[in-house]
Amino acid sequence: MEILVFVTPALALIALFVAWPIVTAVRFSVYDWKGFGDLTDFVGLENYVEVLGDEVFRSAVGHNMVIVVGSILLQLPLGVAIALLLNRKMRGQGLLRTIIFVPYVLAEVIAAVVWLQLLQPQYGFIDAFTAQIGLTPPEQGWLGTPEYALWIVLLVLTWKYLGLAVLLFLAGMQGVSEELHEAAQLDGASWWQTQWRITIPLLGPTMRTWAFLSMIGSIQCFDMIWVLTQGGPANATATMATYLIDEGTKRHNYGIAGAASVILFVIAFAMALAYQVLILRRDTKEDTV
Amino acid sequence: MSVTADLTPRRRSGGNLWVYLIALIVVAITVGPVLYGALGGFRTNAQLADKPAGLPDPWVWSNYAGVLSNPSFWQYALNSTMIAIITTVVTVVFGLMAAYPLARYQFRGREALFMVFVLGLLFPAAVAIIPLFIIITRNLHMANTWWGVALPQAAFALPMTVVILRPFLMALPKELEEAALMDGASRIGVFWRVLMPLSAPGMITVGVLAFVTSWNAYLLPLLLLQDKMRTLPLGVADFSTEHSADTAGVLAFTTLAMIPALVLFLAFQRRLVSGLQGAVKG
Repeated sequence: MEILVFVTPALALIALFVAWPIVTAVRFSVYDWKGFGDLTDFVGLENYVEVLGDEVFRSAVGHNMVIVVGSILLQLPLGVAIALLLNRKMRGQGLLRTIIFVPYVLAEVIAAVVWLQLLQPQYGFIDAFTAQIGLTPPEQGWLGTPEYALWIVLLVLTWKYLGLAVLLFLAGMQGVSEELHEAAQLDGASWWQTQWRITIPLLGPTMRTWAFLSMIGSIQCFDMIWVLTQGGPANATATMATYLIDEGTKRHNYGIAGAASVILFVIAFAMALAYQVLILRRDTKEDTV
Repeated sequence: MSVTADLTPRRRSGGNLWVYLIALIVVAITVGPVLYGALGGFRTNAQLADKPAGLPDPWVWSNYAGVLSNPSFWQYALNSTMIAIITTVVTVVFGLMAAYPLARYQFRGREALFMVFVLGLLFPAAVAIIPLFIIITRNLHMANTWWGVALPQAAFALPMTVVILRPFLMALPKELEEAALMDGASRIGVFWRVLMPLSAPGMITVGVLAFVTSWNAYLLPLLLLQDKMRTLPLGVADFSTEHSADTAGVLAFTTLAMIPALVLFLAFQRRLVSGLQGAVKG
């Protein structure tokens, strides 16, 4: 009986604010509803057909994938390198570990506004800097040019989330025993060889878990993009999340937004499942052996 | 590069020059934008346009003074604080209550119940956001209120909280609880008087996580809060679009809005970090 007393408040909150909205999203997705009156205009899977046929949505899925893959390709090597660096005994190590984590603590919106100022066309710091090293910034600014905008967004996201990767990798390195390093060094291995043959392979499980978290985050990516570009220019940085917010709040196409949410969930779920089966399973196997 | 030098294990040598050089570059890239914002707030727009990379010369205080004397800034800060406090209290109390039987009781369906919370982790917030907005506005009539934002934020924070707290509670010694029960305390009495105090470190971890997440939230407040009810992140975004010509003013506003989260992070750094690491290790 007491079990119910303890668990009910949490479950009620989750039912009300997580489960009910998700069920509602699925319901919206089969109606052509603009926010007025009752849900009456049942259209079956038409919204799904429309969303999947929309070039903007399909490119948004592509942008999400660029962010998923790009985040891992940039943050994994950089994160490992910086974690290795910070794992060496050096002065100011604690301070460095704190500093590297600062961007992660800032709100995405706040970070985005600072970068917006840095990236201002012509008057911004970045344009002045690139001009200095002989790179002519584009006239519309880096974020205003469709060819560059997504890559700039990716770089800003890397700046924001690298600290988390470094922190988790450092935690993983704590688990690598000192004796292994010393034994390797006695055998005449250099620092590089020791890291490459021992530390990095032993970091495998941490890297795989981090990559999973990074993937899930990249699929939902919204705040940073909304402030930096609103998905523009010309939808060049639109993601699934900016697409569905745009449809839902600006155009009141709740059916389309619902269908886009369901597709977003299915993609996220399929990726999570595939990753679990193909990659993370190795870790659980290793543990039980 | 000399290979022989690397053969000797580094003790307190402090590393090579290049290690420090790389560290310095990493630090510059990491905190550069934040420092640029803070220093930019001390410059005039003319200084910023003239020399985008310069230092304040002379230092001007008017941008910061302008923000601090702006009643909207304080209103936004109050809203952010209240919403984050409500979110944190609800998340920690409800989360601990739910984690307690899941960790300490033996009953049928315990693991199934725990799975409900684990499943909650899998749903991206973006999926639910439009219906959530409509439900809160139309069905619950809580749009533009602190509770209307805090309660759903707590709901989305609860699965992670329960997942972190359950193993923590499982690791606490059983003896104290049993002794209290022998002395005739009720289960609920044990929960309040024995378990809550023992769980303080775990509660701080999940509490700080919930607070920072709520403080930094953007999407839900963006949809639900208007005008005087807006929070600091929304205020920063609005200010930056409305005063796009006043770069120095925007930088001052943004810098001041960063301070609470940074201070909280520095104060609870160890807890926050171990909480995140624990969450990843499962």
